[in-house]
Amino acid sequence: MSIDLSQFIPSFLEESFEGLELMESSLLNLEQGDTETINSIFRAAHSIKGGAGTFGFNSVTEFTHLVETLLDEMRDGRREVVQSDIEILLDSVDCIKLLIEAIQSETTCEDEKIVETSNSLAKTLNEDNNDVASDESKNIEEAVDVSSGKTLWTITFVPEHHLVKTGNDPVFLFNALAELGDLSIEANAKELPALNDMDTEELYLSWNITLSTSVDLAEIKEVFEWVEDECELTITKEDIVSSDPKQETESSSSTAIDVAESTIENNSTSTVEVIQPTPPSKPADVKTKSKADVGSIRVGVDKVDILINLMGELVITQSMLSELGNDFDLSKVERLNTGLEQLLQNTKELQESVMRIRMLPISFAFNRFPRLIHDLSKKTGKKIELILKGEQTELDKTVMEQIGDPLVHLVRNAVDHGIEPIDVRVANGKPEQGTIVLNAYHQGGSIVIEISDDGGGINRKAVFDKAVEKGIVDENATLSDSQVFELILEPGFSTAKQLSDISGRGVGMDVVKKNIQALGGRIQVESTEGKGSVFKVYLPLTLAILDGQLVKVGSQTYIIPLITIVESLQAQSDLINKVSGDMVLYRLREDNVPVLPIYQLFDLEAETTEVDKSLLVVVEADNQKVGLMVDDLLAQQQVVIKSLNDNYQQVEGISGATILGDGSVAMILDIPGIINMAQKNAQKNFNYKTPQTTHSEEVSF
Amino acid sequence: MDIQSLAADIPVEGEYSLEGIDFITSGEQYLTFMLGNEQYGVNILCVEEIRSWEQPTKIPNSPNDVKGVINMRGIIVPIIDLRLKFNMGEVHYSEITVVVVLKVELDDSTRTIGFVVDAVSDVLNAEDSEIKKSPAFGGCVPQHYIDGLVNVGDNVVTLFNVNALQTIQPHE
Repeated sequence: MSIDLSQFIPSFLEESFEGLELMESSLLNLEQGDTETINSIFRAAHSIKGGAGTFGFNSVTEFTHLVETLLDEMRDGRREVVQSDIEILLDSVDCIKLLIEAIQSETTCEDEKIVETSNSLAKTLNEDNNDVASDESKNIEEAVDVSSGKTLWTITFVPEHHLVKTGNDPVFLFNALAELGDLSIEANAKELPALNDMDTEELYLSWNITLSTSVDLAEIKEVFEWVEDECELTITKEDIVSSDPKQETESSSSTAIDVAESTIENNSTSTVEVIQPTPPSKPADVKTKSKADVGSIRVGVDKVDILINLMGELVITQSMLSELGNDFDLSKVERLNTGLEQLLQNTKELQESVMRIRMLPISFAFNRFPRLIHDLSKKTGKKIELILKGEQTELDKTVMEQIGDPLVHLVRNAVDHGIEPIDVRVANGKPEQGTIVLNAYHQGGSIVIEISDDGGGINRKAVFDKAVEKGIVDENATLSDSQVFELILEPGFSTAKQLSDISGRGVGMDVVKKNIQALGGRIQVESTEGKGSVFKVYLPLTLAILDGQLVKVGSQTYIIPLITIVESLQAQSDLINKVSGDMVLYRLREDNVPVLPIYQLFDLEAETTEVDKSLLVVVEADNQKVGLMVDDLLAQQQVVIKSLNDNYQQVEGISGATILGDGSVAMILDIPGIINMAQKNAQKNFNYKTPQTTHSEEVSF
Repeated sequence: MDIQSLAADIPVEGEYSLEGIDFITSGEQYLTFMLGNEQYGVNILCVEEIRSWEQPTKIPNSPNDVKGVINMRGIIVPIIDLRLKFNMGEVHYSEITVVVVLKVELDDSTRTIGFVVDAVSDVLNAEDSEIKKSPAFGGCVPQHYIDGLVNVGDNVVTLFNVNALQTIQPHE
């Protein structure tokens, strides 16, 4: 019976990462005397250690063992929970993460940080260990060390009859023991029943094992870790004769203590020895991942159940329709229609549920922030409280993965530039502790993530002056507040008076903006000087499907994303104004909306080339409204987005393509891209540099 | 029933006519096609399929030779007219106009593109030693698109470098 363990490694890795996340968040919330939290941290560490041991990832096992020891002391109340210990534990979580990432990428991880942390862990442990026998397991290690040779252990292993049913095989245990030292095993078949009474799936044997080894009791115990509860296990040192016939593992440790006391002097050196992982020779290079991460999703059973139900309904509808088709006549048209409607309903629901599988609560992205704030506030000396809201808001997995880094950047920015130092805050009559709120909620077809701080806000004048200095805007330009604030998202823009290693190098905010735009989202900045700033990130719910309005221009069909459409209207000639020669504006209530003829932009033959006879689809992006001139409005439908990038390249003004019901391909318009294009064309035509006139203000912002 | 005598009527394998059958001896196989009056070839392993011309959906502001994109079983495949790309032959589209769809493995992805040609002609066996370097004396097709030349009877077949063909120039 041999199982290829490697197939379980991915799930081990995934579970470990989850465990680490749990450890991290619990550590941040850890308070004195909170045994429940310590227990959960301990459990997480313990399963990582156990798993790593099973797969033979010794570096992880060794390191986690130390963490576990420290946690164990805290759990038993033998150690006060102090801030410095928490810091060390947090560092340890990082180290374990590094080690596990190294396993994932199949590289070896040799980071100084790991050695440092394990040393400080060891130091912390030793400080208290000098008190006599405060840590039993540690002392047992010493007990073995003192003899510095091999110890003879006798192990009586009496498994319960159902042991093999739990998936444990004594042979594995013996193999593991054999690796520890010289092993001799004697089977005891006394309990073996007559052949007729024998249940083939029960285990009737017990064993007497003699093991000559240099390892300590803890390691021997670890071999039996998974069967501990299903057997009677006695482990005794040969030279100590115990009269207790039922000496359990726990009690065996007490016998070792006597030996331990004589060896305390050796403590510090030997402990460090135990911990040291592979010696550092090269700096860690975990980032070069050799293996592509395929990724997997955990899906709730309820979601799967819904899918299965829907599938059932779909099958019923299908059989109803095919029955109808068997001998169809006109009298059955009505039933056919109902059937088709039902089919439509089923398909829609099925589609929605399938999409929901990809949706994860945003807490996955938010989880890292408590730690980040913890670290940053330590680094900057600012007191910051983080409030998370709307963590259950669901978001597409792909969007979630890609929004992580921009969000980190925004939060760092809020800490560094937003929240003022304590003395400034106090001088301004604010509470010492600054607040950063992360909030996520749905709005229309998008999800909004808000990062708000109660810091100093953005200095409008400073931003504007800087922009003028950098030549981004003209000195005389009149810009609205939000336009000014959005300038900080431009490349090379930083008003921070001094650089810090958190942020302020002027790179980043533009990358944030670019990343968000690449996801089909946008970012909006609001700020009140002295009160704080709010960054709002708007993201599409999913990247795979969008609601679209089909329009016709000449022979081509285009799709306009429904969420960008403000309204569609038949142009009235008296509302059309021409300004600056060539620019056509359409008066839409108070607004003057520039008209963009798609046929001109895309170089096509169109049926309607005159504005007053055309249909206008008014769309909005980046706070800019434009009227797209189209020949005809067709249906509204959901379309599946296909990338043009795969086989071609990014096309300006086009965000992707889709396949329509008749099998033909239609392009999906990228509204911000189109507006950009029109602006560039205008600049080319008139050789504009900066927005100055009324007309260009309509186009640019 | 004498099975032996029945079997004797069936020609054994070696007796088939070998004419017209290209046996793979060594070297590579190339699909050859016509552009104008000239013969060109591409490595047959890159050929995904050969399909008839259908009107593609235009890509806005694309170069002249990029005719647009089509839906090939759910994949969006761009169509490039090689006659326009290299300025040769008469460009007209009819039901017998052929699109050769090529698929190339790039570093970390695959790229599938359809190329319009006048007609597909043959499959050609060529050993590496038969492939001659193309002399650098101008012509419509830039040098880096050409892997080499192969003599077939009195004609010359130009072998395209598929990787170069699949490289898409940015607009403008």
